[in-house]
Amino acid sequence: MNEKKIIKIYLYTRYERFWHWLQAFIIILLLITGFEIHGTYTLLGFQTAVNVHNFVGLSWIILFAFFVFWLFTTGEWKQYIPTTKKLFSVVLYYSWGIFQGRPHPVQKSPGAKHNPLQRLTYLALSALMLPVQMATGLFYYLYNYLNNSIELSILAYVHTLVAFLLVNFLIVHVYMTTTGHSLFSHISGMITGWEEIYETTKIEDWEKPQQNK
Amino acid sequence: MKSKLKLIFGGLALMVSGLLAVQLYASAPPDANGNEAIGRKMAKQAIKREKKWSTTNHSNHPVLQEKFTSGEQITEACLSCHSEAAEQFHKTIHWTWLAEDAETGKKYGKAGDSLNNFCLSGNAMEDKGCLKCHTAWNKKGTQGQINCLKCHNTSGFNFDEAFTDINEFSNDGDPETDEIAADIQMELVDAVGRIELPDRKNCGTCHFKGGGGDGVKHGDLDTSLTKPNKELDVHMGIDGENFSCTRCHTTSNHNIAGRIYTNPAVAEKKSLIEDDLAPKITCVSCHSSEPHKNDSKMNDHTDKVSCQACHIPSYARVNPTKMSWDWTKAGDLKDGKPYHTDGPLGKPIYKSIKGEFTWDKNVVPEYFWSDGSLSSTTARDVIDPAQVVKVSHPVGDKDDPDSRIYPFKIHRGKQPYDKVNKTLLAPMLSGPKGYWTTFDMPDAIAHGNKALDIPFSGEFDYVETTYAFPITHMVAPKGRALNCNECHIRENGRIANLAGLYLPGRDRLPLIDNLGFLAVLGALVGVGLHGIGRFFAKNNGKEASNERKENH
Repeated sequence: MNEKKIIKIYLYTRYERFWHWLQAFIIILLLITGFEIHGTYTLLGFQTAVNVHNFVGLSWIILFAFFVFWLFTTGEWKQYIPTTKKLFSVVLYYSWGIFQGRPHPVQKSPGAKHNPLQRLTYLALSALMLPVQMATGLFYYLYNYLNNSIELSILAYVHTLVAFLLVNFLIVHVYMTTTGHSLFSHISGMITGWEEIYETTKIEDWEKPQQNK
Repeated sequence: MKSKLKLIFGGLALMVSGLLAVQLYASAPPDANGNEAIGRKMAKQAIKREKKWSTTNHSNHPVLQEKFTSGEQITEACLSCHSEAAEQFHKTIHWTWLAEDAETGKKYGKAGDSLNNFCLSGNAMEDKGCLKCHTAWNKKGTQGQINCLKCHNTSGFNFDEAFTDINEFSNDGDPETDEIAADIQMELVDAVGRIELPDRKNCGTCHFKGGGGDGVKHGDLDTSLTKPNKELDVHMGIDGENFSCTRCHTTSNHNIAGRIYTNPAVAEKKSLIEDDLAPKITCVSCHSSEPHKNDSKMNDHTDKVSCQACHIPSYARVNPTKMSWDWTKAGDLKDGKPYHTDGPLGKPIYKSIKGEFTWDKNVVPEYFWSDGSLSSTTARDVIDPAQVVKVSHPVGDKDDPDSRIYPFKIHRGKQPYDKVNKTLLAPMLSGPKGYWTTFDMPDAIAHGNKALDIPFSGEFDYVETTYAFPITHMVAPKGRALNCNECHIRENGRIANLAGLYLPGRDRLPLIDNLGFLAVLGALVGVGLHGIGRFFAKNNGKEASNERKENH
């Protein structure tokens, strides 16, 4: 029953935060324009939607290459190695423990920014869904140069399917940000880079606020 | 901390405005620096030449200043210099009215077995009413002498009438009428000298008024094209490029480039860069196959969509065009006399001699795959009267690399067919034995089919038919080209009828959409319930910090 003091550590570097929000902006813009092109609603007008979608989509592919470069040069890719350790307890926490006011079974640290469930989700997102979405989008864009080697409808179906998955991810992801110490503590962590953790959590010297860089 | 926030949001704002700026730039209209679509640039180049000039003035030729008493004499005068013209012209469809298909042996053409759902048949030139538009003097058909003036005289003078008057007045011995005849003769000589390349009125006399009146047949060709503005036809507009018909319908040996029954206007769409001697009949000739700005997604359409499909938003934009013709209603008489009734568009909606019509203006075309040719049902082809008979219909397929989606006017009709032989019938209309005189359909059919040498069983009924006209004139200025969502829309788009291709905005796999929306709904309900659960849970779902060892 020892009282825990909340302290802050520097968890997300400037580039990570920049990339996170830029990609969020890109994905949301692509979803809005994409579903208009799909015929779900009318917002910007088809032509504008197509122009925006194409430009943002192509830009994303280029920017994503930088992200991949960053991922491997910094070794941050290791954050995405999936693990089953504590996976079940995280699932249990979100489906039961959270209502009981129990503690989160996995603590954040610079060496493990993601809990096992996050690792799995983000790996599926970054290594599977996003690349598939970019590839189908690029083929769709370059359809005229493919000489009918692939049906446009197949590309479109896969592209639409993944788009729906991304909407689902977005909903759950945004909701999950409210499950921190306070409703906005996770979001503020992703904006400032400083994430709240308990004092007792073992932290390295460099993670402390005074060594803010 | 605050400065960091500023940095992040500043960076994002910069990124957003950058994206939008580039976007706006990409879709901006051409500017004064000549940053315009390649297709426009090329077309402008293709027509950049000095004004037409000539080394002759026909009105100064003594041979054309004779006292002519017949059209044939004028033609003799023409041929005295243009020695090869008659031989050339006799081989063209403007003279023969025939387009025989070597492969099938079918005789297409007005003088052949071709039919339509207007005045039905030319009855092998036996129906003299049709010959008003033939290029011989005095409705003599191919038996007569060529009337050069029909296409090459721009005076608008009525030569037939003039000759009738001259011959009448000059032979009656009365000096007063002799003077009138001499006056007419003067006017006639004056008119004969006005020889030019065909202008719009020359072509329009027949092609604007085919089917018996202005705008009856083609929805994109009527007298509004004699002096159109740019809005109506961006190429022919007298306030714009002011093209004559022959600007695109180029000619060699009197053969004028254009579609002829089963033959497309050109077999291959080539730009003048590929072949500078190619006829300029297609859009591609001058505008190239990538006419829009280089980075434009619109250029990706040109392999499947014709230029006309988007750039002719509607046809009959000034004058109305006939949309249907019901022959079953023909023959109603008032006091034993034929009559006609005019409709709201100032056009007849009923004529005893022809039946019931409908007219329309600003018509949205129907769209079909087309390789530029049309299939025709002739008077010899066996039909299925249970179906709507396609007297003329575009030939094309989505998988054919030469086919594009083209706009068409579809004229719908009800016309007679032989119940025994299962063929469409060709009643004779004009003349003493024609329907317009006798109002006796079986008899008119018997005479008409006899002219074609096609049997008539005597039993006939009416069948629904369609006749297709490609829409290719009345190209609107680019600002009036179709918006994407005229086709890229879920329901009731312009090409809703064209299946077998994936059209973004129209098509989807309902399974994916339904499951997708269900999943999204599920996610929303899920997080909603989870949130409500947390709200009512211990400490609003937040960790009681004094009991916890770990953070989340």
